[in-house]
Amino acid sequence: MIPTQFDYVRADSVKQAIELLQDSNGEAKIIAGGHSLLPIMKFRITEPGKLVDISRIAELKGVKIEDDRVIVGAMTTHYEVANDPIVKQNIPVLAEAASQIGDIQIRNRGTIGGNIAHGDPVADLPAPALALDAELIIEGEDGMEAMSVDGFTLGPLITLLPENSIVTAVSFEIPPSHAKSTYLKFFHHATGYPVVGVAAVTGVNEDGVIDYARVGITGVGEVSYRARAVEEALVGQKVSEEVIQAASELATTDGEMGSDLFASEQYRENLSKVYTARALKSVLL
Amino acid sequence: MAIEAVNVSVTINGEKRSAEVEPRTLLVHYIRDHLNLTGTHIGCDTSQCGACSIMVNGKAVKSCTMLAVQADGMEITTVEGLGTVDNLNPMQTGFWEEHGLQCGYCTPGVMVAMMALLEDNPNPTDEEIRMGLEGVICRCTGYQFIVNAVKHAAKLMAEGKSLVGEGLSQ
Repeated sequence: MIPTQFDYVRADSVKQAIELLQDSNGEAKIIAGGHSLLPIMKFRITEPGKLVDISRIAELKGVKIEDDRVIVGAMTTHYEVANDPIVKQNIPVLAEAASQIGDIQIRNRGTIGGNIAHGDPVADLPAPALALDAELIIEGEDGMEAMSVDGFTLGPLITLLPENSIVTAVSFEIPPSHAKSTYLKFFHHATGYPVVGVAAVTGVNEDGVIDYARVGITGVGEVSYRARAVEEALVGQKVSEEVIQAASELATTDGEMGSDLFASEQYRENLSKVYTARALKSVLL
Repeated sequence: MAIEAVNVSVTINGEKRSAEVEPRTLLVHYIRDHLNLTGTHIGCDTSQCGACSIMVNGKAVKSCTMLAVQADGMEITTVEGLGTVDNLNPMQTGFWEEHGLQCGYCTPGVMVAMMALLEDNPNPTDEEIRMGLEGVICRCTGYQFIVNAVKHAAKLMAEGKSLVGEGLSQ
C-alpha cells in the first residue's frame, strides 16, 4: 500500500530537527532509515502529517568510546554496527544481534536509533541493549538527557520518548573484561523477527563462581525486558548445568508473554526458558 | 491538505534523471512509474521478498521501503544498469548459463543483491551465497540453480570480466 499524504522536510542538524518537530504541533514524525516507520505507514497504522528526515545529519552517525562506554550514533545502520571494530571488540553481543536483523538489504537501511526508539515489540536490539545497561541519549527542547533502555518501552510503539525530542545516540556499558556474551534467537522464518531473542552477558571468576550476569529478552511479548530473576539466580553460584537450568526456569518471571497466530503464550513461555538455557550454556559452560 | 510535490534527482545507471513526485512516493514507484525503468519488480511491498532490490550508493536496499525523496542526489543501480542483451555482465551470464531463473519475476532483485554480495566478497562459499540470499525470495528454483549461477558469475569475475556493466559510470 501507499502511505497517506504527508509533507517532507530534510533536517540538516539535530537542532533544526527539534525546531521542525516543535513547529508541527505534534503532526510530525522523525524518519531515519524508515524500516520501522514506513511499513506501518503503508498499512496506515500511523498517518503523520509531516516527516522530518534526519538521515543526512552527519553528527548522528558513527561509533566512539567515552568514559568506559561505547556510544553509537542513532543513524548508524545495522550493517555498520555489525561490522564496526569498536563494537566487535568491546560489546560483541551488539554486533552479533545487529548481524541477525532482517536481511542484508534491511541491515543496510535500518538504524540502531530507530530499532530501539520505535518501541517495536519484535525488534532485536532491545535484548543486547538491556544486557549492556544501555542508555538512550535524547535531545529535546530542554537540552540533553540520558534515559535507561530498561523501562523505556511501555507498550507496542509506546515509549517514554518526550515530545519534540530525538534519540541521538545509544550508550552501552562495556562489560568486565572477563565477561562472555551471546545473542540467540528463534525467529519467524518469513519475517526474521525474533519469536524469542535472548542476549546474555556473564562473567565467571577464578573460583568458577558467576560474578556478573545480564540477560535481556525480546520478541516474546509487548515489551522486551531484563530477566533479573535469572540474573539473581546465577550470581554467586558455581557454574553447573543444574544452576543454569534452575535459573532459566525463571526466564519469564520479569516479562509478560504474548500470543499470536504464530506462537501461543505457552509456547513462547517454553521458548523463553529453552533459549535462555541455551544462551547461558554457550557463555558459561 | 495541499501537499507540495518535490523534485527528486538521481543518477540512475550512470544517467542523471529527475521527476516531480509527491513526498509519499516510494522509491520503487519513482523508478518504475516516473523514470519508466520497469526492470525493478514489486513482489510483496512489505520488505520481505526482495524483488525490488536495487543499489543505492553501492549498497543493496529494498526500494519498496524507502521514499523516493530520501534517495535525492544519490547513485542508483537497477537491473537495467548491469548489462545489455548484447553485452551481458558476468552476473547475467551466470544466470543465463546456469539457468538461475524460471519465471524470472524475482531475478532482477536477486541479481542486484548478488552483485552487492560479490563486491563485498568476490569468492563466496555456497553457504555465504545462501546467507546472501536471505533477503530475496524465489518461488521457482529452490535456490540451487541461483547458487550455481552466482558461483559461475564469481568465476567469470575472477577471470577478469568486470562486474560493472556498460551503463554504469562508476
